[in-house]
Amino acid sequence: MLSDADRIFTNLYGLHDWGLKGAQARGDWDGTAAILERGREAIVEEMKSSGLRGRGGAGFPTGMKWSFMPKQSDGRPHYLVVNADESEPGTCKDRDILRHDPHKLVEGCLIASFAMGAHVCYIYVRGEFYNEALHLQAAIDQAYEAGLIGRNACGSGWDFDLYLHRGAGAYICGEETALLESLEGKKGMPRLKPPFPAAVGLYGCPTTVNNVESIAVAPTILRRGAAWFSALGRPKNTGTKLFCISGHVNKPCTVEEELGIPLRELIDTYAGGVRGGWDNLLAVIPGGASVPVIPKGICDTVLMDFDSLREVRSGLGTGAVIVMDRSTDIIKAIARLSQFYKHESCGQCTPCREGTGWMMRVMNRMVAGRAEPAEIDTLEQVTRQVEGHTICALGDAAAWPIQGLIRHFRPEMEARIAAYKSGTARPTAMAAE
Amino acid sequence: MQTALSAQPDSFAFDAESEAAIAPILAKYPPGRQASAVLPLLDLAQRQMKRATGSAWVPRAAMDAVAARLAMPPIRVYEVATFYLMFNTRKVGTWHLQVCTTTPCWLRGSDEVTAACRRVTGITGWGETSADGLFTMTEVECVGGCVNAPIIQVNDDCYEDLDAESTVALLEALKRGAPPPMGSMKGRQGSAPEGGPTTLTTIAE
Repeated sequence: MLSDADRIFTNLYGLHDWGLKGAQARGDWDGTAAILERGREAIVEEMKSSGLRGRGGAGFPTGMKWSFMPKQSDGRPHYLVVNADESEPGTCKDRDILRHDPHKLVEGCLIASFAMGAHVCYIYVRGEFYNEALHLQAAIDQAYEAGLIGRNACGSGWDFDLYLHRGAGAYICGEETALLESLEGKKGMPRLKPPFPAAVGLYGCPTTVNNVESIAVAPTILRRGAAWFSALGRPKNTGTKLFCISGHVNKPCTVEEELGIPLRELIDTYAGGVRGGWDNLLAVIPGGASVPVIPKGICDTVLMDFDSLREVRSGLGTGAVIVMDRSTDIIKAIARLSQFYKHESCGQCTPCREGTGWMMRVMNRMVAGRAEPAEIDTLEQVTRQVEGHTICALGDAAAWPIQGLIRHFRPEMEARIAAYKSGTARPTAMAAE
Repeated sequence: MQTALSAQPDSFAFDAESEAAIAPILAKYPPGRQASAVLPLLDLAQRQMKRATGSAWVPRAAMDAVAARLAMPPIRVYEVATFYLMFNTRKVGTWHLQVCTTTPCWLRGSDEVTAACRRVTGITGWGETSADGLFTMTEVECVGGCVNAPIIQVNDDCYEDLDAESTVALLEALKRGAPPPMGSMKGRQGSAPEGGPTTLTTIAE
């Protein structure tokens, strides 16, 4: 079990002052100028050797991402853009950073921007996080007033401007290129890659987009050292992670733990266990709505890290653990996610625009059992035709939950259809009105 | 009623409070990139409508005002205003009940919360406004507070850990014009487990 001394987000629950004085008392902004004095290369190398993988879902190594930025400017400015458009169902970790530990993010923005030669950083906060944005803006203002950012930030000689930009309610803007489009004042429609943002990003300039948690842990990693961070967790899955445990547990909560903690230990230790006991568990969505559901048999032993969850054909995603006990209508739970993706498709690519609606309508029939057994295979095939055939990963994200359902709960789907045919189906409300 | 909701004012001009906010917003973006300010300016317009009329929405004239200010073709502003869910293109009630029904909230009882909202407001379908103009009910996707599900976002503020009973109490308070403090309706400390934190207990200020 992780000790408090190794936890990074020490004001996760907002028990203490989130402002500058409180943050400094907890160790933020300590020796920031000395970190910058190490130079760009040294900072990026330290981040690489920490093994930090991006906390926004994809798990791409953060230090390597930073190293993709041009070493010399060709005249175009460089940008860091922080993705605070947290919208993945089940996920509410960045929210706690924004409202309770905003200075970790502000300091991280300075260090990361410096390491990538960026004098300007934008933080794109989802529009619904209005009150969280107020805290973050206050933290930014405090940092300016204290000379920690702005001209000659921390006395380092580096000029750095940090701006908060609020979104307006579109899940797709959490996709990095859609976010850039949105930041430029357009509809959030993803761009084709390549070119990648490190070459052509915001306003056509070299840009790196990082998740809030990835940036907010950077100062602590650089202060305590890559060796400290990489000693936590498991090989290639190092460090600590914020986990959000929601659904059918006795005490839902967000908690920071080591990557690689067994799922069962995470739920039993921190979330008060599954409602009705572990044996009452039906399934868990372990990393936010986009990753495939895993049944109890896998939950018994699986470890919570990128590679362990990929081995069981699911994913760590954002670390959002959605727990479902045996009372759950699992078909309806997944059908509601299909409605989510249908609602959030930006409409740019035909397989996604048409496919998400088609999948939602078939899933809603599956909830009622108003289908033929052979349609389960048809549904599976359609998910394969959406997956991998779109500009961004929203199509994949819409396909995977259904694939997970069919992989693990096909007998339930067949039983529902049989019950409907025999007239014994229990009346279920439609998943969508 | 529906006609009244979509009735468009003839004109819109930013008021002094909005004007004061515009310059600092524009200063965030490089020269020639003022289109970046389209979301913030539409948000300003919606907040101004709330101040002026009690309803937070963006009429067509406001979109035109934003387009003129940012030197954008009006169609570019229209497509942005209709792409992003938080811009209301029709009038909404004094209290905009944004009820999250995505799976994490549904698992924790968003059906009961929805039913309670309907009972108290008399609203039968999503997107409708109550006869007294006090409430609009919108079904929203995950608002990002899943460990405190189920949640209703009322205007800017999230009310969390709801059940049927606390939802009724919340709506009755809103009817009286006395919204309770936002956050957990069960008295939880942020995202900490019920009963208090079990980690970070050794962290002193």
